[in-house]
Amino acid sequence: MARPTKEERKVSIMTKALELFSKEGFYQTTMPSIAEKIGMSVGNLYNYFTSKEMLAKDLILYIANILGDEIRKINESPISTQEKIEAIVHMYFRIAKDRPETIEYFLRVYLSNREVFQNCCEGMICVSAFVTEMMIFFEEGVRCGELRDQDFFSAFGLFMGYLGGMVFINGENILPKPLESYEHTIAENIYYALKSR
Amino acid sequence: MPSNPAKLRVIWLQGITCNGNTHSFLNDPSLGTLLDSVEFLHHPLLPCTFTLQQLVKKLPKSDILIFEGAYSASFERAGMAMESLLMTLALKTKHIISMGSCASFGGIFKENDPEHISGIVFDKENDSGPLRDMRKKVITLSGCPAHPKWLSFTIDMIRFDKPIAVDEYRRPKELYAYLVHNGCLRNEYFEWKVDSEHFGTKEGCLFYAQGCQGPFTHGSCNKILWNEVSSKTRSGTPCVGCTEPTFPKRELFTTKTYMSIPSEMPIGIPKRSYLALAGAAKSFHIKRLEERLIDDHT
Ligand code: SF4
Ligand code: SF4
Repeated sequence: MARPTKEERKVSIMTKALELFSKEGFYQTTMPSIAEKIGMSVGNLYNYFTSKEMLAKDLILYIANILGDEIRKINESPISTQEKIEAIVHMYFRIAKDRPETIEYFLRVYLSNREVFQNCCEGMICVSAFVTEMMIFFEEGVRCGELRDQDFFSAFGLFMGYLGGMVFINGENILPKPLESYEHTIAENIYYALKSR
Repeated sequence: MPSNPAKLRVIWLQGITCNGNTHSFLNDPSLGTLLDSVEFLHHPLLPCTFTLQQLVKKLPKSDILIFEGAYSASFERAGMAMESLLMTLALKTKHIISMGSCASFGGIFKENDPEHISGIVFDKENDSGPLRDMRKKVITLSGCPAHPKWLSFTIDMIRFDKPIAVDEYRRPKELYAYLVHNGCLRNEYFEWKVDSEHFGTKEGCLFYAQGCQGPFTHGSCNKILWNEVSSKTRSGTPCVGCTEPTFPKRELFTTKTYMSIPSEMPIGIPKRSYLALAGAAKSFHIKRLEERLIDDHT
């Protein structure tokens, strides 16, 4: 069997680190605890990531790329804006269910520990792949007349804040029903809040 | 030494016009030298061989016919309808210069009667003007007005029999291959997305807040400066895109946006790439670019 490349090794380290970070939080997770989980020496781990901060930054880039690629596929499909909203909500909840650590990391590590990311991830840089696709989604929605023209962040906050909030309270086991059973009403709410009048 | 070519015989004919290009031409600092190499058979302001009446009567041959102003078939000069006047003079000349945006695309005057008014070769983007079949001898110098140096450049090229490379609207590439954005002093502000909210500031780019058309407009305004000193964007007013067939647009001083995202991307830049870069640039705060260049209070 071919030896995994350095890139492949990195991805497998990130996958494990992601689980730890999203479960234990940023500060509780240490380079030794990550190395232990992977079964590699701490020294070797530093060959791949020069610091915990760098690893944390690569993780957020990795997640933003996953979300960005998914939304790009939706943006490029020949469906209405309303259907795109359904598709984005569905995609987001699917990832939250199948790979909960990604969304957890986004909400509980990236958004909750901004000081960690300040020096390497100014503003939207590390989440650019994802935010750019959301910009394209909104721009096209307004251009074709389905969505109301307004400030980007008002709309972005409504959409993403809503989804993030639902995943968060789901993670706290507050929701009486499974997350996916809310998909349709949530998509409808978002659409009615944003659609042109 | 190559001998100096003979003086070019030039007719300057006006369609429906505000005289803007005539006046712009008078601002050419090299006008004196230029007049040594051309003889105006007719010009609306400068001394010339024929009055308008005589011109219409004689309909002489020429080396260059400069046409300024918009075209309307029934518009008359000295009692002759443009339909036959322009056509006859055009057939009897070697080169035609479409001077300014009205002559080139219809421009401002077209707004008054869009159905009957057009440019001489183009009607906005369509090549349906009366001289479309003679387009090979037409050079378009669009602009509202065209820069005097664009005209003297073209006359010189013709005089020395040099080929002029042109774009799809027959504008000389030497003058119109650039965007107005190229050479604007505000490029650094554009890159880092620092905008100016007011006219006339030294700082800031005019793209987001003031509708600057520089990134969509072909022209060398920031290379061949106006009055040899400045340009609209350098002095802090937005470019209104006057060299393009789409001129005049509505709401000239606002940038159309959809959800805060400009509806038009700089020419040739894919939306995804632009938004990714712009988003990144906006994430940084560059103190030097956010400050006044000259602080009046220190
Ligand atoms: S002011 Fe206009 S031309 Fe100048 S940099 Fe900004 S967009 Fe470009
Ligand atoms: S800066 Fe723009 S509006 Fe001004 S003359 Fe040049 S092309 Fe025309």
